[in-house]
Amino acid sequence: MSTIDLAKEKIAEAPKEMITLTGSQAVLEALIAEGVDTIFGYPGGAIMPIYDALYDYHDKLKHILVRHEQGGIHAAQGLARSSGRVGVVFATSGPGATNLVTGLADAMIDSTPLVAVTGQVFAHLLGTDAFQETDVINITSPVTKWNYQVTDATEIPAVLAKAFYIARTGRPGPVLIDITKNAQLQKFEYAGYQKCNHVRSYRPKPIVRKAFIEEAAALINAAEKPFVIFGQGVILGKAEKEFKTFIEKAGIPAAWTVLGLSALSTDHPLNVGMLGMHGNYGPNVLTNECDVLIAVGMRFDDRVTGRLDKYAKQAKLIHLDIDPSEIDKNVKATVGVWGDCKETLPLLTRLVDTKIHTQWLEKFREYDREENKEVVAEELYPSTDILTMGEVIRNLNELTNGDAIIVTDVGQHQMVACRYAKFNQSKSNITSGGLGTMGFGLPAAIGAKFGAPQRTVVAIIGDGGIQMTIQEFGTIMQSGVDIKIMILNNQFLGMVRQWQQLFNDKRYSFVDIASPDYVMVAKGYGISGQKVSERDKLKNALQTMLDHKGSYLLEVMVGKENNVFPMVPQGCSVSEVRLK
Amino acid sequence: MKKEFTITVYAENHIGLLVRIATIFSRRKINIESLNTSPSEAEGIHRFTIVIDETEEVVRKLARQIEKQVEVLKAYYNTNDEIVWQELALYKVPTDEIAEKVKVERLLREHGARAVVIRKDYTIFETSGHREETDKLVEVLAPYGLIEFVRSARVAIIKDSKGFHEKLKEFEQTEPVEELVENEFLDKQDEVFSM
Repeated sequence: MSTIDLAKEKIAEAPKEMITLTGSQAVLEALIAEGVDTIFGYPGGAIMPIYDALYDYHDKLKHILVRHEQGGIHAAQGLARSSGRVGVVFATSGPGATNLVTGLADAMIDSTPLVAVTGQVFAHLLGTDAFQETDVINITSPVTKWNYQVTDATEIPAVLAKAFYIARTGRPGPVLIDITKNAQLQKFEYAGYQKCNHVRSYRPKPIVRKAFIEEAAALINAAEKPFVIFGQGVILGKAEKEFKTFIEKAGIPAAWTVLGLSALSTDHPLNVGMLGMHGNYGPNVLTNECDVLIAVGMRFDDRVTGRLDKYAKQAKLIHLDIDPSEIDKNVKATVGVWGDCKETLPLLTRLVDTKIHTQWLEKFREYDREENKEVVAEELYPSTDILTMGEVIRNLNELTNGDAIIVTDVGQHQMVACRYAKFNQSKSNITSGGLGTMGFGLPAAIGAKFGAPQRTVVAIIGDGGIQMTIQEFGTIMQSGVDIKIMILNNQFLGMVRQWQQLFNDKRYSFVDIASPDYVMVAKGYGISGQKVSERDKLKNALQTMLDHKGSYLLEVMVGKENNVFPMVPQGCSVSEVRLK
Repeated sequence: MKKEFTITVYAENHIGLLVRIATIFSRRKINIESLNTSPSEAEGIHRFTIVIDETEEVVRKLARQIEKQVEVLKAYYNTNDEIVWQELALYKVPTDEIAEKVKVERLLREHGARAVVIRKDYTIFETSGHREETDKLVEVLAPYGLIEFVRSARVAIIKDSKGFHEKLKEFEQTEPVEELVENEFLDKQDEVFSM
């Protein structure tokens, strides 16, 4: 008997009074029961019954009409990332469903909890190449944590319950539920909604073994140069406090991956900066000098490790991760601590000695000083008239004090924002890390605001990325959402141009991208804005943007051929990080 | 060093799981030598038997990726000396060749072939065994007008396995429980990684 059957049986046993619902209504009841308040979506033929039901639910469920399904799913991702809840997106069959694929892949690789509901043609038409029929289950299998096609309405409550459970537990991820039109229309005896808390074949929470905690603690206690590297696992596990307590007691310097950013506040004395390709000097070089490397909730992406056979070979490695397939995947662990870091970190904290590694920490500071001299000073306080991305971020920091949610797109501006933006609280840096999806920024910022309505959301986007999902200005206009859009315009696809400069002899092949008049485009959508290219106007312009009631667009013209440094060139070891 | 591994997967019998498992291999450009799906000793649990030629390092990672699928309960991998396995083969041979040539009859006898169907025009034999054995019979029958040959996927039993019944009880509990190391080859750190 499948889990769904078991769940159905449970519902059948429940003494609740039966009411008759359509499949569509059951979908919406499920969302309400799961605490969903906002849905991003776009209607179409095969999902019309759900939209028809939604008409009567507008007081309980807010639906945000996006301009493209990709915008819808990125918005759902933004909501999930800023709130820690499950994001929900609706799309119709065929092109509607295929437009979700990029967002699903992005959510899969960045472990974002989502439930995507797609309409599907009538069950009797499956496989007939019907209008707007596409095999969405097979298309999305590699980019979903789980997916399922519903052809019978009676399955809907149990399937939706399972979808939410799988999406948010363990290592979170996107789930897609494809519902045929007949199932949406079908009336059935509905006995209420029961949340799912067990799937026979799925174990989100592994047992934590004492022996391995003890081994890890012994390694840490014997270490002279321990180094913690952390990723989004800390945020997803809601273990920011446990993490901070751990590094503070053991006195270990900690560096973050792009997705781990904001789990530890920027000004924490043990926060030594960013790892990887455009990370800080010290964390990269010292990865190859530490004696014990403690990885928490991160997966050793190639952008973090550089050349693997020259990565931390001298160190004993402790790897804490909730997903067992990550341990030993890229880097062999001396001790693998499989578990939810919310549970494993406190156990480890109890066993580690209270220590301060002054000399070791000083090494990071030494590298910081060098990086500051060679790179950071000029980036944040440029000596020429041309604006840099770094100084824009610095000015923004001074005005927001690190309290804003920063959503970025992908490219140079993303790396600069991650390097220089200040954060005081978790879940504040939202970006497409693993997939590197250009076009993510604008819709994700819209979603982020719905996920955290009390906070200021600043979208920092390049002139390339904004043009990929610029249609979402329409969503901003119609929903009235308040986000601050900052376009850092260097008139190039900057990151590719940087690589072409460094590795392809400046053969600038198709990176020279023209832009429309963004302020005028925004105006057309009823969004106020301005363009700035002089230093003396920058701060005021940023203040105007932040003070503006409602969404605002600020286009900042920055240096055309500035590069992001430091850089670990592809195929090089982290110790070969270049400052210029 | 690459060698032959047999991966045994215990899973829910759900539509779509086969694709999910197959893409774990195809995504990494790894060819599946043989794949069999069947019921298992535990009721309602499906069993996949997959044969690939790879290094142990790669196979271990593949097994973990398979186990990560929501519908998969457990994935084991074993070398050939840890399992007992069989493949079934069918051979279609012209009946008159067998009737006329004593040698053919002897060959079939030597290879333990059994007639399944006998018609005037052809006879179908079956044998089961390891690949080399069924291959050998193809070779020896070829000169006598072998019309058709087909071989099934491998089915395998893990020598040390005590079956899946106990394990299933664990999975049916809502909380994870400690488990024994039931297949050390699967994962030398199984104690850490038990579900």
